[in-house]
Amino acid sequence: MSDSKAIFLKDAAVNAADGDQRAFIRKALGGYYTNRDLQKARYRDWERARDAASLAKWSAVNDLANVLEKFTANFERNGGVVHWARDAAEARAIILKIAEDAKAKAIVKSKCMTSEEIHLNDALEKAGYGVVESDLGEFIQQLRGEAPYHFVFPCMHVKREAISELFTKHLGTAPTDSPEELTMIARRHLRQLYVDADIGITGANFLVAETGQISITENEGNARLTAALPRIHIALSGIEKVVNKLDDLSVLLPMLATAGAGQPMTCYNTLYSGPRKKGECDGPEEFHIVLLDNARTRLLADPEQRDALHCIRCGACLNVCPIFKNIGGLAYGTTYQGPIGSVITPHLRGLKQWNHLSGASSLCGACTDACPVRIDLHHHLLHNRRNAAKESPTLFDRVFHHGFNFVIKRPWLFATGGRIFRATLPLLQKLPLPYMGAGMKTRDLPKAPSQSFRDQWKHQNV
Amino acid sequence: MSDARSDIFARIREALKVKAPKPHLKTDANPGKTSEVAKPWLPDGGETADASLAILSEQLAKLKAVLIRVPDQAAAVKAVAELASSKNWKKVAYHGHDLLRPVASGLSCETWEADATFDKQRLEGCDAGITTCESIVAQLGAILVSSATSGGRALSVLPHVHVVVAEASQVVPDLGSALALAKARHGDQMPSMLSFITGPSRTGDIERILVLGAHGPKELYLVLVG
Ligand code: SF4
Repeated sequence: MSDSKAIFLKDAAVNAADGDQRAFIRKALGGYYTNRDLQKARYRDWERARDAASLAKWSAVNDLANVLEKFTANFERNGGVVHWARDAAEARAIILKIAEDAKAKAIVKSKCMTSEEIHLNDALEKAGYGVVESDLGEFIQQLRGEAPYHFVFPCMHVKREAISELFTKHLGTAPTDSPEELTMIARRHLRQLYVDADIGITGANFLVAETGQISITENEGNARLTAALPRIHIALSGIEKVVNKLDDLSVLLPMLATAGAGQPMTCYNTLYSGPRKKGECDGPEEFHIVLLDNARTRLLADPEQRDALHCIRCGACLNVCPIFKNIGGLAYGTTYQGPIGSVITPHLRGLKQWNHLSGASSLCGACTDACPVRIDLHHHLLHNRRNAAKESPTLFDRVFHHGFNFVIKRPWLFATGGRIFRATLPLLQKLPLPYMGAGMKTRDLPKAPSQSFRDQWKHQNV
Repeated sequence: MSDARSDIFARIREALKVKAPKPHLKTDANPGKTSEVAKPWLPDGGETADASLAILSEQLAKLKAVLIRVPDQAAAVKAVAELASSKNWKKVAYHGHDLLRPVASGLSCETWEADATFDKQRLEGCDAGITTCESIVAQLGAILVSSATSGGRALSVLPHVHVVVAEASQVVPDLGSALALAKARHGDQMPSMLSFITGPSRTGDIERILVLGAHGPKELYLVLVG
């Protein structure tokens, strides 16, 4: 068993048994469901709008080389600097070099999951820079020294009392149980940091090839401040974030907000096309973009699952996933949690160590239904299971499949086996069954029926 | 040693040698201009100017942004002055624009044309920022500001209150129209920042409970002239 699997099984079991925490998460998501349904109802045809969104991403991803070339040419024409990183280490080195050249001291960041993926904060801190996450949820997680719980709602699992304690400890503020006051504490604390920072680091939600602009979606205004006040703006993005046309955003921006947060649009959707222009009074002097591969091309090479690169990271699939709601986001041990994380992590980090996530699904398909760009999430989990069994079958896989194959071809053997199984089931219930230990702790085996399904079928009076 | 750029492009070209099927769509949505194809499916933005205005005011109310409709420029000056005195603003920054200069001179508190001499520390200390905008999207209640119409990047997000003064003719039905308008107006010389503002800054990060005024403005006013 891989280490990551062992940790996953342990954490998942602990979290699933924590009824209080599960109830808290369900309650937190309650408002989201209501708002999402209200907003979806404003669409004259949500299903077809999903088609349009899906097609916009499909056409960019399947022409990635040309679209990226166009994007970078236009980005440079706007006065930005393009950097390419094959992997996480290269991306970190590029950003460290920019910081070093700029003799920077303080860095302010807005939410960027790609930076979690490359463990950027660690690298910057080790090199002696002060790094502050400015998104409220990320700020709280940074103080807690914990990874984000959900890639859109990073601290949705933390109760207000814990946040109040955290602020008292780190910022010396008086305890309070009002979310409003807690937000204002963070607001006051962070304001001066934007003003003082030399570098602002953001992510990017979309890269618009036609105009060379990057689009950033947020609610708090922290990304806008991060890209307005510091002298240098660095955006870090995966190469798959491109779209062909500015016009594609007319569908993608509202759908991202509705699917992910139940909003008509997020509060700020901002397009940046370069550093401060001649005649503009503020904005950074330098604008860099770091384009990261980090195994995305491996996913691209699998035509069956290529559509996983269409993901716009809205988080809808997490919000509806029964597994996510029961085991929580941290148990996954991945940068991207929930169904989409379970699909792509094996590609990004290795199927052998991460295939267990393919099993972290009830295959209910709620994720696939929720996805605004129609990624076939639950089938991809099955594809990963199949690929893992092909690539390196376990002993159980081999024995079981051969055995199953042998038995299923011989109906008499199948029937005999069934008869024996029905007769001995009460006995089996008393024995510790292999592979079923954890499952049996919280469940009872049902009683065996007196007849097999085939017998019942034969004798039915229809 | 080959560089990262050519390596990544080589990987992409290799990967794309095998084609992926088109997504399974519910429709035979033919590729065309996305906003035009999707228009009948997206939220309504209104077919006439009046319908758009009605949708806009409903959306803004839901977003907790305040819409103030005034008949003419003089009334706009008065409306902002009343707002300033009722809220007791001490310092107000504004964008140097013909529509806004009279508004600023109508205020009795300290005013400052923020794009003439930019000073982020001073801006941080302002109670309100007054800007114009590129357009207003009825469909979503979104106001499109840019570094060109809003005195740069910070004026519309750093002060605690944001006031937008605009003409009613700047209202467009939907997001697609606003993007097309920006492109037509600026061509390949886009302002370095364009931002769709949809209500006052907000967060739900603490227990998913909505709080207004996370990092950006806590209050957003749209003064619509005409
Ligand atoms: S897979 Fe789909 S639903 Fe999940 S985060 Fe990505 S876009 Fe959203």
